[in-house]
Amino acid sequence: MTNGPDEKQPTPPPKAAEPAGTPPGAKAEGAAPPPAPAKPAAAAPPKPPAPPPAPKEGPVPLDNELVKRYRARFGEAIREAAIDRKQAILTVAPEQLLEIARYTRDDERFDLLTDLTAVDWPKREKRFDVVLIVYSFAKLERLRIKAQVGDGEPAPSVVSVWPTADWLEREVYDMFGIPFAGHPNLKRLLLPEEWEGFPLRKDYDILQQDDAWVRENLGIESGQ
Amino acid sequence: MSTTRIAGSGVETTVLGADEIILNMGPQHPSTHGVLRVKLRLDGEKVTGSECVIGYLHRGVEKIAEFRSYQQFAPYVDRMDYIAAVSNGLGYCEAVEKLLGAEAPPRAKVIRTILTELNRIASHLFWLGTHALDIGALTPLFYCLREREEILKIFENYCGARLTTHAFRIGGLQYEAYDAFEKDVERFCKDFDKRVDDYETLLTQNRIWVGRTKGIGVISAKDAIAMGVTGPVLRASGMEWDLRKAAPYAAYDQFEFSIPTCKNGDTYDRYLVRMEEMRQSRNICLQAIERIPAGPIMGKVGKVIKPPPGEVYVGIEAPKGELGYYVVSDGTTQPYRVRVRPPSLINLEALDQMVRGHLVADVVAIIGTLDIVLGEVDR
Repeated sequence: MTNGPDEKQPTPPPKAAEPAGTPPGAKAEGAAPPPAPAKPAAAAPPKPPAPPPAPKEGPVPLDNELVKRYRARFGEAIREAAIDRKQAILTVAPEQLLEIARYTRDDERFDLLTDLTAVDWPKREKRFDVVLIVYSFAKLERLRIKAQVGDGEPAPSVVSVWPTADWLEREVYDMFGIPFAGHPNLKRLLLPEEWEGFPLRKDYDILQQDDAWVRENLGIESGQ
Repeated sequence: MSTTRIAGSGVETTVLGADEIILNMGPQHPSTHGVLRVKLRLDGEKVTGSECVIGYLHRGVEKIAEFRSYQQFAPYVDRMDYIAAVSNGLGYCEAVEKLLGAEAPPRAKVIRTILTELNRIASHLFWLGTHALDIGALTPLFYCLREREEILKIFENYCGARLTTHAFRIGGLQYEAYDAFEKDVERFCKDFDKRVDDYETLLTQNRIWVGRTKGIGVISAKDAIAMGVTGPVLRASGMEWDLRKAAPYAAYDQFEFSIPTCKNGDTYDRYLVRMEEMRQSRNICLQAIERIPAGPIMGKVGKVIKPPPGEVYVGIEAPKGELGYYVVSDGTTQPYRVRVRPPSLINLEALDQMVRGHLVADVVAIIGTLDIVLGEVDR
């Protein structure tokens, strides 16, 4: 099953707090979403109420009022704006992340830093996405801000903007090895300090620890 | 106190003032609700600083997710907040459904709502029992566990498991509600109201309880937001915000309930908020069992779950706060990345701010009032 133009518009998923003003061009053009999942092989009990059409989802460019304001203020530092599953995503220049964070909190009133995490894309030139998920109580909206950083390259710490980022950045450092410049106490959060490697990197093998232990303590190669 | 780092050696030396001591609390301490270790800096018996040492229960859940299919990972989420496994499952299923563009059928949504609310009651009961026990009131624990048992029996009858239920499936439910399901839920809810009143007679006016909780661990709404604190802790500081209302999921938009709030943001207010939340959850359950629509329980999702590339963040109101799942798909059957936003971890971060200036015995009360589960803090 493909994403042909004959496909019907997907039923909107359950409404969450979304940035207002979904772009009109959200589904017309855009970064042609890759093939949809295989047709369900009649796994479900018969007669679903209103069979949702095969999803046609994926990031498409976004240009609403919010993005315009960011672009007007930060220009080229807003590298990309997209909407995926009705959720707005801004990709920004890491050098400007701190100023953008401050603007996001003070002017756009995203006062809650819901989460701060990272995603590893080892094949990309700048392999990490630092992802900030922010929430506005005033607008009941969510926004995701991403900054791409390379291996060993520091990302600016946003602890001074949202103090909750303290542990969250420590966890990202712990799991991905991204150093945060300006963090007051950057050390591992969950793993012991003597731990080697950064487990959530894609090239970290899950058997690595076991094998190392077996080699060291039993003097043989692990049979796993 | 000052800290000096000996250059190059990585050794940190702490220089204490003459009146200061460092007290280690946990990880094997019954009132830390698991394996939490807190290093306390004390001036006499007054806490002047603290540092949490966590990770003793880290199992690498997020890494495991990258090596499992979407369905295979679902049971793992129950092992994070094991006191509220149903909520964890709901959040994960909602997130993957959104990623797929699928939706659970109305019947499944209402049954999900009922089970999740029962789980909220069970979680709050467990919190109340242990929190009161920490402060020295033994009796509520027995009452709370008695009522919680009723809920666990409903879970057991529904899906065979009591604690790590794996009650939901991506796209709906696997199991139809059993024959006496509505009757069981109704029987529990009918007299649960009186049970909550009973707990309140034990505690609300109790002089020791009030003395141990009023004005302890105060956090203002502004500080709470800055520290990312959500859930009952935030509501007790006066912020009327609940994701069930702000961004309704499952079937919450169909039922009437209010968001209890308090003003002072102390341990006593957090107690009041959670007591009222139990009553509201009971109301939701009573409304929902009257209105379970007929129809299928499984939406149209394939046996192979293969969401198109992209990403989604879905947050739900878990008993402890906002539980979020950030799921990235690369178009294969395994998630590229699953990030869990654990309410326990982020609420625990505010501990340091809340314990400063209080006594060691109050630290126990404040850890209790934050309602953390270490399985979720460490994942």
